[in-house]
Amino acid sequence: METKTLFDKIWDSHVVESISNGPDVLYIDRHYIHEVTSPQAFAGLEKRGIPLARPDRTLATADHNIPTLNQDKPIQEKLSRLQVKTLTDNCNKYGVTLYGLNNPYNGIVHVIGTELGFTRPGMTIVCGDSHTSTHGAFGAVAFGIGTSEVEMVFATQCVLQPKPKKMRITINGKLQPGVTSKDIILYIISRISAGGATGYFVEYAGEAIRSLSMEARMTICNMSIEMGARGGLIAPDEVTFSYLKDKEFSPKGKEWQESLDKWKQLHSDDGAVFDKELTFDASSINPMITYGTNPGMGIAVNGNIPALNEIKESERSSFLKALDYMNFKPGMSLEGFPIDYVFLGSCTNGRIEDIRAFASLVKGKKKAPSVTAWIVPGSHQVEKQAVAEGLDKILEAAGFELRQPGCSACLAMNEDKIPVGKYAVSTSNRNFEGRQGPGSRTLLASPLTAAAAAITGKITNPAEFIS
Amino acid sequence: MAIEKFNILTSACVPLPTENVDTDQIIPARFLKATTRDGFGENLFRDWRYNKDNTPKPGFVLNNPLYKGDILVAGKNFGSGSSREHAAWAIYDYGFKAVVSSFFADIFKANALNNGLLPVQISPGFLKQIFSAVEENPSTQLQINLEKQTITLLSTGKYEKFEINPYKKSCLLNGYDDIDYLLSRKEKIMAFEKQNGK
Repeated sequence: METKTLFDKIWDSHVVESISNGPDVLYIDRHYIHEVTSPQAFAGLEKRGIPLARPDRTLATADHNIPTLNQDKPIQEKLSRLQVKTLTDNCNKYGVTLYGLNNPYNGIVHVIGTELGFTRPGMTIVCGDSHTSTHGAFGAVAFGIGTSEVEMVFATQCVLQPKPKKMRITINGKLQPGVTSKDIILYIISRISAGGATGYFVEYAGEAIRSLSMEARMTICNMSIEMGARGGLIAPDEVTFSYLKDKEFSPKGKEWQESLDKWKQLHSDDGAVFDKELTFDASSINPMITYGTNPGMGIAVNGNIPALNEIKESERSSFLKALDYMNFKPGMSLEGFPIDYVFLGSCTNGRIEDIRAFASLVKGKKKAPSVTAWIVPGSHQVEKQAVAEGLDKILEAAGFELRQPGCSACLAMNEDKIPVGKYAVSTSNRNFEGRQGPGSRTLLASPLTAAAAAITGKITNPAEFIS
Repeated sequence: MAIEKFNILTSACVPLPTENVDTDQIIPARFLKATTRDGFGENLFRDWRYNKDNTPKPGFVLNNPLYKGDILVAGKNFGSGSSREHAAWAIYDYGFKAVVSSFFADIFKANALNNGLLPVQISPGFLKQIFSAVEENPSTQLQINLEKQTITLLSTGKYEKFEINPYKKSCLLNGYDDIDYLLSRKEKIMAFEKQNGK
């Protein structure tokens, strides 16, 4: 019998047609949209005078440019307000369910889609956002698309896609205390580079991956794109099933049992062939932090930035350009380096477990006076849960404030911008030049490392706080 | 809603040897608030191109009158990061018709092709030769022949073949667009939905 990878099983069962010498016509089960990458696609439908094919498979939210304070008031910034209004008008016109501002289900697109059970194992999922790879944590083929492709899905519920190659990354062994799934993914990217998985769809496997919660798995799949991968996925298991049970849109009753039977078939067959296989050992992963201007430039938080002679000659000018932007020197240690801002949030680390982890470390301590911290839940559901667990009180007592949900300082489309030259330890996904505001300097890290920095005002190994 | 046809392009080029040029550099997020596809070229490479007071940065290549042309030549892993199609729109709107690099990020490549902007992937060695030639003579001409899938450094006659999916090639040569193609498959798609209980 032919052996197949999990990716093949899902992809192949969604191919409507293969164009000879060309891409596949791939059927899409779920289409998430937001205010920034959808307006031009709706305009395309309008121009062609055609309906949106499957509004029932489409879900909208406003998240990218919205403020994280005073959400009950009109959006101050004119262009953002117009973009959110355009989304609302378009959703009304084309019959798409929208969880807009102040809706109890509003939040970051990759947080709400998963917490509501709209994302399920075995599905094909797209969104005009590269972090759509997040949904792969459920054993789905999920990837980011451009606006022309958003229009394709609107018009036909399909995209034209060449089938990517397959890679498996296996993480064996157990994680050390203080090491999170964010550290796993930052470690992988640091090992294979920001373009190291371009052209591939990655399956994550191994004991260390299996031991992770659903939310921790989402963090890993989320950042697959940061090594260039088309997406990342993890075979569903009991962790997945118990997470999905009783979620808003999860199948119920008899349908649940039927779904479960199908989902249990979703794994790579023994002997399935991948185009590339990589294996890492969980016990050699430390809490990580980035020092440069792409997510591949990461080191152990207690390690040193590489010396110039450790960098390939062809890459030295880019390396030095990045260090110049960050105002760091080759070979320097980052531990103890003073920082200005801490951002906890984003589709990478804005879920309840992230807020719990942050709160557990800062509990009973005080935020360093030199640090400005923004704690931004990924959705209203996350915010509600945090309050229900009293995490807001723990944070408040330590000098932190819980803001309202949105993408916020991850890409700084709203007012949450890190000022020029300031250093931010951020739980988000990109440390590109100016990503968190013009001239901002981003150090990507886990919620625990961010919490440790918020307390000490310096880059600190969170392991010091963990007994 | 056809895209512009592409066949043979002969032009000087603009060199940007920086590696890992991400889409946040191509078009920063704060300029993504438009609801149309027009005008993004104005903010192409905004923070590399302009000071905070909107005066041009003289050191940046787009502000150097020596370098002109319809071809952008960039360092490896061009277009990484965000899926924003605005990056391809900005490059095209500025006036580039092709981007040459030794490596492209996947989503950027797809977005470029969907807008008639041709990504041309060449070997690192040839890329280096082009950069040296342009450094020596800023008016160095490149010729890209899509039909033959070749890119030629006209000063030396040295050329390389480049890869492009045959379907996408025919789209560009003929100015076809993917949405028109998909709409023509509508019946087949509906039959698939029925057959698979979608």
